[in-house]
Amino acid sequence: MGSVRRSAILNAPADEVWGVIGRPEALHEWFPTTATRMEGTTRWVTLPTGIVFEEDVILVDNDLRRLQYRIVNNPLITQHLGMYDVIALSPTSCIVIYSTDMVPDVLALTVGAAAGEGLRHLEERFGRAHIGGEQP
Amino acid sequence: MSSTRRRRILFVTTDQQRYDGLGFNGGRIARTPVIDALAAEGIRYERALPSNVVCMPSRSTMLTGQHVSTHGVWMNGVPLPVDAPSIAADLHRHGMRTALIGKAHFEPFLDPFALFTENTLASSGEETRYHVSADGTSQPHRGFDHLEFSTHTGTGPLHYPKWLRENHPEAVSMLYPILDNQLQVNAEGGGDTGAPQVKHNPMPREWYHTDWVANRTIDWLSSQSDDDDWFCWMSFPDPHHAWDPPMSELHRVNWRDLDLPPGYIADAAERERILSEKPAHWMRWYDGTFISNFEAPAKWVPATLTADQVREINAMVHIQNELIDEALGRVVATPKTRGWWDDVDVVFTTDHGEFQGDFGLLFKGPYHVDSLMRLPLVWRPAPNRTTVTPTSVSTPVGLVSLAATFAHIAGLPQPDYVEASRLPTNDTEAAALGHERVLTEWDSVLFGKIVSLRTITRGTWVCTATLPGTVHDGTEGELYNLVDDPLQHRNLWNDPAHRATRDDLLDDMWRHFPVTSTERRACDAPV
Repeated sequence: MGSVRRSAILNAPADEVWGVIGRPEALHEWFPTTATRMEGTTRWVTLPTGIVFEEDVILVDNDLRRLQYRIVNNPLITQHLGMYDVIALSPTSCIVIYSTDMVPDVLALTVGAAAGEGLRHLEERFGRAHIGGEQP
Repeated sequence: MSSTRRRRILFVTTDQQRYDGLGFNGGRIARTPVIDALAAEGIRYERALPSNVVCMPSRSTMLTGQHVSTHGVWMNGVPLPVDAPSIAADLHRHGMRTALIGKAHFEPFLDPFALFTENTLASSGEETRYHVSADGTSQPHRGFDHLEFSTHTGTGPLHYPKWLRENHPEAVSMLYPILDNQLQVNAEGGGDTGAPQVKHNPMPREWYHTDWVANRTIDWLSSQSDDDDWFCWMSFPDPHHAWDPPMSELHRVNWRDLDLPPGYIADAAERERILSEKPAHWMRWYDGTFISNFEAPAKWVPATLTADQVREINAMVHIQNELIDEALGRVVATPKTRGWWDDVDVVFTTDHGEFQGDFGLLFKGPYHVDSLMRLPLVWRPAPNRTTVTPTSVSTPVGLVSLAATFAHIAGLPQPDYVEASRLPTNDTEAAALGHERVLTEWDSVLFGKIVSLRTITRGTWVCTATLPGTVHDGTEGELYNLVDDPLQHRNLWNDPAHRATRDDLLDDMWRHFPVTSTERRACDAPV
């Protein structure tokens, strides 16, 4: 099982960031994908290479600010669970944590890379927060 | 010949090529007359070393002139930042045409989200892509105004597989599939002996990537005018596995006729005794109990390697080396025909070595011995630029010196960002330029399995310290005398008679390794 984690600390209230991440139908607005289509809890995500992932959106928890999804019906990916958490750090800052567990192991790294790119996009949009006295 | 001195650099790299495979370094199997002639006219380095023994970190060092700790590409799969220093960018800014044709690998290959420029240029049709650099100016990608990419496979988004698909679609599946259906390095055996990553490839030679790289380089060189200054990096993907040269060429070396290489220890008990005297990750990879990285097939256990498989793989590599030499011969004919040859500096090297059976192992990994660390390196200075007495340099030098060397050839000052002076032209100059030690580092993390090594090569010694990790507590290490023990069979790390030497080397090493102040960057792919 390949397991990865990426995170970003953003200069925005958790609810504002969750307003972006918590809309699974709008993934392409911030994640490096070109299109998103949803029917019920099934989501089809198109990658820039033309690859389409079919996914089950398992959980959208507006209280926890947690989103979980699985890539399904994929001949290569036999196990997957992806999860976003948005956790408030202060009234004006939050941390976004993305994690994914996957078989084949190595694909977890590439999905992690995409998540990292998505988080960079969020950093540009909301700004990076600096904690613990770190200087920008 | 033009009256103004021209600045022209042909930088030739191979991938995963051993020092001892080429004629000018004593190789007796592969015929490499073109490279041998360059060595005879120029400077042959007897101990050239990489900053890291896998592709992306080593190539990033070539381009940046920096150690791995500084450029931050600590493992395959970690991309070099787009705005990282680049000697090609410096040369481009000073009016030189710049091309990189063949294997680049500053960015990961496995890229389903198309995050990286290297993987998108072939489909977009762009000759290069411009980025805003740290100083606010627009620069071509990595400093190259012409980019055409290839690797060892017929699939994927790069230029060579695109060309193969469009022109010879039936050939795409002829090359060995480097990754298996789980996207792991393929362990499937082939050839006559069932050796991993070996295949009898029915592809005509003219379609093979070695000749494609040469052909594309010839086209680019031919497009240059007599007044152009240029830096051309021609980067062959071979002799890196897969070992699948065209079958039409297998007649060149019959593996059944080969002696086993000196580094192969035929007696299994003796082999395992030697391995057991090295830090734990050696034996535990050999017996299949500790897979720490993506550099070899996870499903292949080195202890299963047979002598015949070693022979067959070595034969394949010799053939690949001959094809490279012949391709290089065709390429250098272009500047010769155009009357430029005496204006061209040629530098030939590789990014890292390959076990090819040494210690009963194949491929590469966290093993800082000559198999992976001692590299072929030749510099043939342009006769019209300088007069150099052909010689060999015995002082250890690093690929970290290449960037400064290219600046020197181009008449530029040594860039501020490089961490080593240019290559010396003889041993006396090596001392004057401060070539005292070469530093090599390894870090790998495979889903929680951690291996880290730091190595110094100085004089006739190579000393490696392990850092605390999954199978090391940080007290293990390796110390070899390269003269007394050229195969590195006797680890002197714990020998009291050599304790002072070890401690002196370690003190020197820790004082000179760059201090990393930035956070370790994420690994975005296995390769």
